[in-house]
Amino acid sequence: MMNRRAFLKDGVAAFTISFAAPAFLSDLARAQGASSRNLVVLDLTGGNDGLSMLVPYTDSAYYSRRPTLAIPAGAVLQVGSDSSGKALGLHPKLTGLKDIFNQERLALIQRVGYENSSRSHFFGTDIWSTANPSNSAGNGWVGRYLATLPPPLDPLVAWNTTGDTPHALLSSTVSVASIPSVSGYAFNSPNSGSEATLERAAATSIASHVPVDKPHVAFVSTSVQAAMATLDRVAAVGSYKPTVAYPTNGFGQALQAIAGAMAKGTGTKVFWVQTGGYDTHASQDTNTDTGAYVRLMVTLNDGLTAFYNDLKNQGLLNQSLLLSFSEFGRRISENGSRGTDHGSASVMMAIGGSVHGGLFGTAPSLAADPQNPTLENNTQDVKFENDFRSVYAKVIDNWLGGDSVAVLGGNFKKSGLDFV
Amino acid sequence: MADGDRLLGHLLRRAGFGASSAELAAYSTLSYSQAVDRVVNYEQIPDTVDSNIGKPGFVGTTSRGAFSPNTVADDARQRWLFRMVHSDRPLQEKMTLFWHNYFATGLSKVTGQVKNPNGTRLMAAKASEDPARQRGQIELLRDGAVGNFRDLLVAVAQDPAMLIWLDGDTNTKSKPQENFGRELMELFTRGVGFYTEDDVYAAARVFTGWNLKPGDNNDSSSSYSFVYNANQHETSAKTFSFPIYSDGSRTIQARSASAGMQDGVDLINALAMHPETAKRLATKLYGFFVSETATPDPNLINDLATTYLQNGTVIKPVLQRLFTSPQFQDPAIFFTRYAWPVEFVVRSIKETGWAGFSLGTSLSPLASMGQELLEPPDVAGWSLGPTWFSTGAMLARMNFGSALAANQKFNLAAAAVPSRSSSRAVVDYVVGRLTVDLPSDVYNDLVAYAASGSWTGSDAQLQTKAPGLVHLVVGSAAYQFV
Repeated sequence: MMNRRAFLKDGVAAFTISFAAPAFLSDLARAQGASSRNLVVLDLTGGNDGLSMLVPYTDSAYYSRRPTLAIPAGAVLQVGSDSSGKALGLHPKLTGLKDIFNQERLALIQRVGYENSSRSHFFGTDIWSTANPSNSAGNGWVGRYLATLPPPLDPLVAWNTTGDTPHALLSSTVSVASIPSVSGYAFNSPNSGSEATLERAAATSIASHVPVDKPHVAFVSTSVQAAMATLDRVAAVGSYKPTVAYPTNGFGQALQAIAGAMAKGTGTKVFWVQTGGYDTHASQDTNTDTGAYVRLMVTLNDGLTAFYNDLKNQGLLNQSLLLSFSEFGRRISENGSRGTDHGSASVMMAIGGSVHGGLFGTAPSLAADPQNPTLENNTQDVKFENDFRSVYAKVIDNWLGGDSVAVLGGNFKKSGLDFV
Repeated sequence: MADGDRLLGHLLRRAGFGASSAELAAYSTLSYSQAVDRVVNYEQIPDTVDSNIGKPGFVGTTSRGAFSPNTVADDARQRWLFRMVHSDRPLQEKMTLFWHNYFATGLSKVTGQVKNPNGTRLMAAKASEDPARQRGQIELLRDGAVGNFRDLLVAVAQDPAMLIWLDGDTNTKSKPQENFGRELMELFTRGVGFYTEDDVYAAARVFTGWNLKPGDNNDSSSSYSFVYNANQHETSAKTFSFPIYSDGSRTIQARSASAGMQDGVDLINALAMHPETAKRLATKLYGFFVSETATPDPNLINDLATTYLQNGTVIKPVLQRLFTSPQFQDPAIFFTRYAWPVEFVVRSIKETGWAGFSLGTSLSPLASMGQELLEPPDVAGWSLGPTWFSTGAMLARMNFGSALAANQKFNLAAAAVPSRSSSRAVVDYVVGRLTVDLPSDVYNDLVAYAASGSWTGSDAQLQTKAPGLVHLVVGSAAYQFV
């Protein structure tokens, strides 16, 4: 967190005003291609236990090392074997994701991480955000990508469904709209009628003053400007009528807003959504309906299934790619609290109409042998096989049409990771 | 406004939540150093604020049924906000907020384990009002707000809500649980980079047996307390990468199970007195009271860290030192600190007025601004500074200003009557009432807004323009700084 703050100090100083006048925004959005491709980044916060999501159900060590947390082989949703011949199955509650897998529109990328994985939530999140394990401060990888787009950028070029801007979206030059609730994204007034109109005009004028000698005030002014400039288009998203019922929880509602933004043609390039509770140190309970991990899987499955089907019905599936990540995976052996502690490599998911579905990478062998090359930390952790930056690189190059070497500051392209 | 009054206003915004005009008047007879003394040595002022809840003349609360701040989370939040608005000990509430962010514990996980109302009790119950004299974590932080940090660490390590939040309740001999030991070093004391993974494993073993004696989750009068389970303590020696004892020894020697609780006390004693902890804490306090974005003056940090260590980890002298430092009193830092949502909400209530306003109205907006009390997003607390100011969160602030101004429109209009001679006079009245470093072009916009339409100065016009102006100022970028 210290690093993030240290960065922001510079970020504020460097913040430049790059908004177009509101009147031109709709044109700008169209020019940037309202029907072009978008990326939805899904952050599973807390450190997702990949071994409970994608289960190596024929590995005896999985059962011996997780006496209370292992999912019975008969319960998993089998998805075949990976290139190493390891049989794998999805968590029993991921029935909708299993359907998407069967449609070959879900890619499961195994053992993604980096060397000496941080076991700190905050440090780990910062590293996944900057895409730089040796420097967790600085702009985010998504923010750096957005900064390569030709200016001026529409304020809705990125749409964050959470309250504060995630580190991955931070940029010195691009402001991100944060829209935790579409209906709350409005300009209220203590007055009505023409007086309210006058007030809105006054607020817009007030926000247009950006004091150069007060960068902190300038920073907040730009936030007000972006808010005022996007009110009407976000309000239009509020009238979106989905083709399926989304879950009423925050995750489901955030996904519905994203689908609405796509359907209304906001021109957004990157959406950010997150769902939390993955820090399952104790009573993780992967098997009973009220269990903590089971409920996480239900939330994940129901939200993503509704989103997928809605986009499919709307004819929007081919222009969208969803990519999930978590700051780390969890330890292989369960702890004494029937939970799992902070680990390292885990599973990423890619979902979309253009995804080449299937299993990518190989599962670890969980046999507790110090010589086992798929494990680290005295066999406690899953050793990474695919650098997370290779996954980012594929998305940047093959999906967003960017230059991953420039955005990531190095060549992380890896053959074989052809999920999109 | 005189320079002395400006400095006083600055002190009360930073060390408290701003001042109503009556509070400012009460302080204005004091010199600055006397004012700092009064703020810091608050124990001499009676703690009577809670007795005013529900009385006329104070901000209101809204609850379903009887107001029950020891057992209902939204009522607990309102009690705390009430204290922030009306306490005569503003630093106590401010430091409680600081510690709540520092030891960030989330009610939902606690409630998930002990159900409600016990979850709320463990977070917020006032011992004197609880059937089992259970003291909630917020009350613990409030009692020790400017006290000894080492003692606070021990108390927090044994706090039932913390034992649940960081899983200390499951830390046993056969399966040491890392969560608390890791965060103790990463977030509560030394910080990232000053401990190793092996230190985490050792710390987990140190705290084996520091468990929770659970109450009955279905009984709202049962007691939850810390217990040292000697038979769950792992007794072997634990070695760290940094000194534990004053002789430089890095090893906590093996102890008998019955004496093993001392392991944790030894580790906390060492961590509390470590220079890195002193610097980290000094930097955190600098961030909270001076700036979360500026690079602190290393001399000031060293000075604060030294004060902390020389006073045996007592916080009060550190704050006294900070508030009387030239860096704190520098007019260049006035109105430059990004206000946290609760700071913004409380200050706008104090300055706009509260007669007929209920704090219940502020709870949902606070969540939209990104700060739901008792529910920090994770163990590292809230993301501070500019990260509060996303577009959605900024709209939530503007809309709170709108709701407050609408609620206060008759009070504001009545107060503006002496200024009804011109639209500009009303602007001046509003800008004088709300403390803000307003750029001149913003002032001109306010004048233009107030002057739109023909000016009559009628009651109806005052009831429109006065709240409109309050809304515009409270929702302006400049007002988001303290």
